[in-house]
Amino acid sequence: MKKLINTAESMVTDALAGMAAAHPGLRVDAGNRVVYRRSAPERGKVGLVSGGGSGHEPLHGGFVGYGMLDAACPGEVFTSPVPDQVIEATKGVDGGAGVLHIVKNYTGDVLNFEMAAELCAEERLEVATVLVNDDVAVKDSLYTAGRRGTGATVFVEKIAGALAEAGASLAEVAKVGEEVNARSRSFGVALTSCTVPAAGKPTFELEESEIELGIGIHGEPGRTRAPAAPARDLARAAVDALHDDMPLSGDTLVMVNGMGGTPLIELYVVYAEVAARLREKGATPARSLVGNYITSLDMQGFSVTVCRLTDELTRLWDAPVETPALRWGR
Amino acid sequence: MDAAFFTAWIDEIARAVTAGRERLTRLDAAIGDADHGANLDRGFTAVREALAAKPPATPGAVLTLAGTTLIRKVGGASGPLYGTALRQMGAALGSAPEVTAGELAAALEAGVAGVRKLGGAEEGDKTMVDALAPAARALTAAVAGGLKDGEALAAARAAAEEGARTAVPLQARKGRASYLGERSAGHEDPGAASTVLILTALHTTATR
Repeated sequence: MKKLINTAESMVTDALAGMAAAHPGLRVDAGNRVVYRRSAPERGKVGLVSGGGSGHEPLHGGFVGYGMLDAACPGEVFTSPVPDQVIEATKGVDGGAGVLHIVKNYTGDVLNFEMAAELCAEERLEVATVLVNDDVAVKDSLYTAGRRGTGATVFVEKIAGALAEAGASLAEVAKVGEEVNARSRSFGVALTSCTVPAAGKPTFELEESEIELGIGIHGEPGRTRAPAAPARDLARAAVDALHDDMPLSGDTLVMVNGMGGTPLIELYVVYAEVAARLREKGATPARSLVGNYITSLDMQGFSVTVCRLTDELTRLWDAPVETPALRWGR
Repeated sequence: MDAAFFTAWIDEIARAVTAGRERLTRLDAAIGDADHGANLDRGFTAVREALAAKPPATPGAVLTLAGTTLIRKVGGASGPLYGTALRQMGAALGSAPEVTAGELAAALEAGVAGVRKLGGAEEGDKTMVDALAPAARALTAAVAGGLKDGEALAAARAAAEEGARTAVPLQARKGRASYLGERSAGHEDPGAASTVLILTALHTTATR
């Protein structure tokens, strides 16, 4: 294993020190492991807190700032944060208008955020939760832990953040977050696994000629293994999986996301095919993001997330944002 | 069994988890995200430090502090689940300075109930419950049958091992392995495997 680390154990702490040094707009509480917007708490504004395992950068710390999150709680690599972190972050961003927790649907994230929310409620902090579960590769049934939260998390954080910035109430901010989640779907494809530093070797092995379809964001195997294929076929397979689950039409917000080890040129190759396939399905790619936004360490591959926009959602997406990883209009 | 016994159990768990770290991580890599060994190792090391820093006086206090420390330090699903199991056990044991195997059996049943409630898993879902629930049942039955402590804890250990083995061919219905669908069948569940380590440590502590 070759990694740009000092030790596997200190990786998260060392990276947080780097974020603090690189971004004066952030305030990093290294002891409690919380990344705050420097201006937090903002009086009268709904606070937005998210968090999850590390290894998905820029999610979530890279989305802390004006128009998006107020705080992020990074756990160990691929391990959800602990309740103490979430409680600390919630208190730190509470400006009197309540706090929204944005949680990806994984057993660990859900359990730790639930415990934190219960303890916050005991201390009379008003907390609402949006659970993101957009990944169509997992069937939402009695027989699974439910759909995973993946790419739509970026959309939820941006759009709910914009509405909070405009002065909306906690109930309104939570409602728009749920709306974005309900209107979004994702599907991921891996060309390689990834190497968790503490494990020291790739989580699974793929032959040169194989890919994994329906992967999540933790280097875990997907639903099926398939022969490698041209980008056009993979992009089509991804869009078709989304369309089969939720027919796509009208204006859409489209993210072609790299899993961490994918060259940007390949993501653009994929985006061209995704956009073409969406048009064939009758949808218009009205807004787009191409790049690494919710990653899986050094995994090669991509995910596609599509949100069916409304005029209101488009307006909130276009609203100014200023974070380390997303910034426009300001 | 007094506070020293339960502290020794935790020490033995920490030792076994460190020794079994690679294996747990390998099991988790197959159907999860390759961090179970590292997380439990970090967690029980923190528990051992917490117990050493402020040694509790009763069995219940030992387990409650151990559970709270896991919840505060581990993260993921295993931190809250094992933390809740130990906290429920601690609450069930109350403030008695010494507990019998029968009281421990009742506490283990309370721990299983806590895990079920929090995680929503039942036996057959291919989770730690597949090892934990049979172990609690076996301990209760062994105590009722008049077995000595060491024999009763051996029965609990054997039931956990059997439960983990029985879950191998199953398809996971809870936790991260459930995302794999039928591809999860044929693999040993890492949570069931770590539960076996914990019950084995209990038997080891009682018989040395």
